[in-house]
Amino acid sequence: MSAVKNDMINVLSQQEIDAIEAEIEHLPDRKSAAIDALKIVQKYRGWVSDDSLRATAKLLEMSDEELDGIATFYSLIYRHPVGEKVVMYCDSVSCWIMGGNKVRDRLKEKLQIEPGQTTEDGKYTLLPVTCLGDCDHAPAMMVGDDLHHDLTPESLDKIFEEDA
Amino acid sequence: METPLTKNMRADKSPVALSDYMSTGGYAAVTKTIGKSSPAEVLQVVKDSNLRGRGGAGFPAGMKWSFVPMNEDDPGHKYLVANADEMEPGTFKDRLIMEQDPHQLIEGMILAAYTIQADVGYIFIRAEYHYAIRELKKAISACHDKGFLGKNILDSGYNLDIHVHVSAGRYICGEETALLNSLEGKRAHPRAKPPFPQVSGLWGRPTIVNNVESLACVSHIVNNGADWFKSLGIGEDSGTKLFGISGRVKKPGTWELPMGTPIRELVEVHAGGMQDGYKLRGFLPGGASTDFLTEAHLDLPMDYDVIMKAGSRMGTGQMIILDDKTCPVAMVENVVSFFARESCGFCTPCREGLPWVEKVLHAIEVGEGVPEDLQILERQGRFIGAVGNTHCALAPGAIEPLTSALKYFREDFEQHIRDKKCSYQ
Ligand SMILES: Cc1cc2nc3c(=O)[nH]c(=O)nc-3n(C[C@H](O)[C@H](O)[C@H](O)COP(=O)(O)O)c2cc1C
Ligand code: SF4
Repeated sequence: MSAVKNDMINVLSQQEIDAIEAEIEHLPDRKSAAIDALKIVQKYRGWVSDDSLRATAKLLEMSDEELDGIATFYSLIYRHPVGEKVVMYCDSVSCWIMGGNKVRDRLKEKLQIEPGQTTEDGKYTLLPVTCLGDCDHAPAMMVGDDLHHDLTPESLDKIFEEDA
Repeated sequence: METPLTKNMRADKSPVALSDYMSTGGYAAVTKTIGKSSPAEVLQVVKDSNLRGRGGAGFPAGMKWSFVPMNEDDPGHKYLVANADEMEPGTFKDRLIMEQDPHQLIEGMILAAYTIQADVGYIFIRAEYHYAIRELKKAISACHDKGFLGKNILDSGYNLDIHVHVSAGRYICGEETALLNSLEGKRAHPRAKPPFPQVSGLWGRPTIVNNVESLACVSHIVNNGADWFKSLGIGEDSGTKLFGISGRVKKPGTWELPMGTPIRELVEVHAGGMQDGYKLRGFLPGGASTDFLTEAHLDLPMDYDVIMKAGSRMGTGQMIILDDKTCPVAMVENVVSFFARESCGFCTPCREGLPWVEKVLHAIEVGEGVPEDLQILERQGRFIGAVGNTHCALAPGAIEPLTSALKYFREDFEQHIRDKKCSYQ
């Protein structure tokens, strides 16, 4: 990544900076707020771009590389743009036993994308997720913040109709 | 039969508010303890109760707490962390507590924190548990209003704040030292032990990490005593446990039952037996990182040491059932590919070994396996599974379903290789 310009922090809004500073306040050092800061930026922008990453690193007084190492470690920090809602289907073993693959295949077909991709209209990004702790209602998935379970290929149609 | 952990939970699953929690004896343990009993007294009761950690390893909670230095002249922070990461595949129990009776966790945390004289508590919770996050924040704020949290709790001079820390994903965050790194804002790589977190944990300060269900037991132990808690178990272990079953049973679910409940009772009574047309072939007794057991083990009680002696682990006590129409090779492939994805990448046997095993399993499953593959799997199983070859317990846990499947379902592996196909499809 290229060298940070001094005015780089201006990439972040005052709201973002204030929210990040508020996190730093109850931590022993600035770096400890790294994950919180990335989440704040993502809350305002949907994802963490190279520019916002550099600006955040500067605010936290750490190197871009160190912050990027953290950002790319965590599955819920997005370093690429994502759709308005992320569709996270569980691909862990209990859902798999209960027909999770069929649900995944129907999702791919419905949204016309592969896991990791975003629909052309920018509405949905499809991602697998670790066991959602809803195994007595497998298969399960989340659409944005909403949990859906006891899924069948057919029940997906209704969920997306209602979400539209 | 007493069910302390679930007694307040409602049929409609709506959360128990502070007033309702208190009307059934909630916060009585806090009221009678904070500033009235010494931390050493609380520690003794918890030790005597033989409460074992419900997060997977079954480590005695009282013993863990007793390692925290109790130096009154040390002005620095101490921390208590509730592990609410719950990502072990097939595990759905901590969510129940946090969504439906969150004060039980908060009360347990106050008592545990008081015992080790921690002044800051964190609930490290996975981001997908939106509902639980909201209820926990509400519960914490209600406790501040009542004076159960904050400065000078109940005029005792004791201070405690609890923060809800929402994770940014990755299964490895549930490993307690990886969790601490994540709380410090770093990549969630597990730490070398020693030093143990009890002595040098969060930001180098003494820290206790306990599972949500373990902490939820504490107020009941303080209220009713160690002997009462011991008497709840019908086998060797103390207390009740949130046991659960997923897979092709009639009524999958989680139920609070005595420690030591026979596996057969769990499957046949509580889960209603197998669905019509399906037979039980085996099960992972406590989440995806435990060894398979089979029909021959159905009469064992769910006690830590008994399941260990049978060659597996009780883990989270949440069983996943393999039925006769599900391919064991494909099931193990699913499990191994999960752990390969979730490896933090720190050590070679886990980072390189698990994807290799995953590829070999995939080849066998799609009919491209060769007889030598079984030796590769066995050798890798021994290598990845050996304690000490890896930095944390993810890799040994990841390989347990495979090594046990090679023992119990070997003919399936051989048939795939011989017939060059999976006969389950
Ligand atoms: C890879 C891995 C993942 C883990 N995930 C969790 C988890 O999600 N929740 C949990 O309570 N314990 C988890 N544990 C166990 C913790 O490391 C730790 O033992 C536990 O939180 C201690 O609490 P307890 O003594 O009350 O059981 C995990 C362990 C490993 C090795
Ligand atoms: S065993 Fe796996 S998860 Fe654990 S430290 Fe090593 S690479 Fe990371």
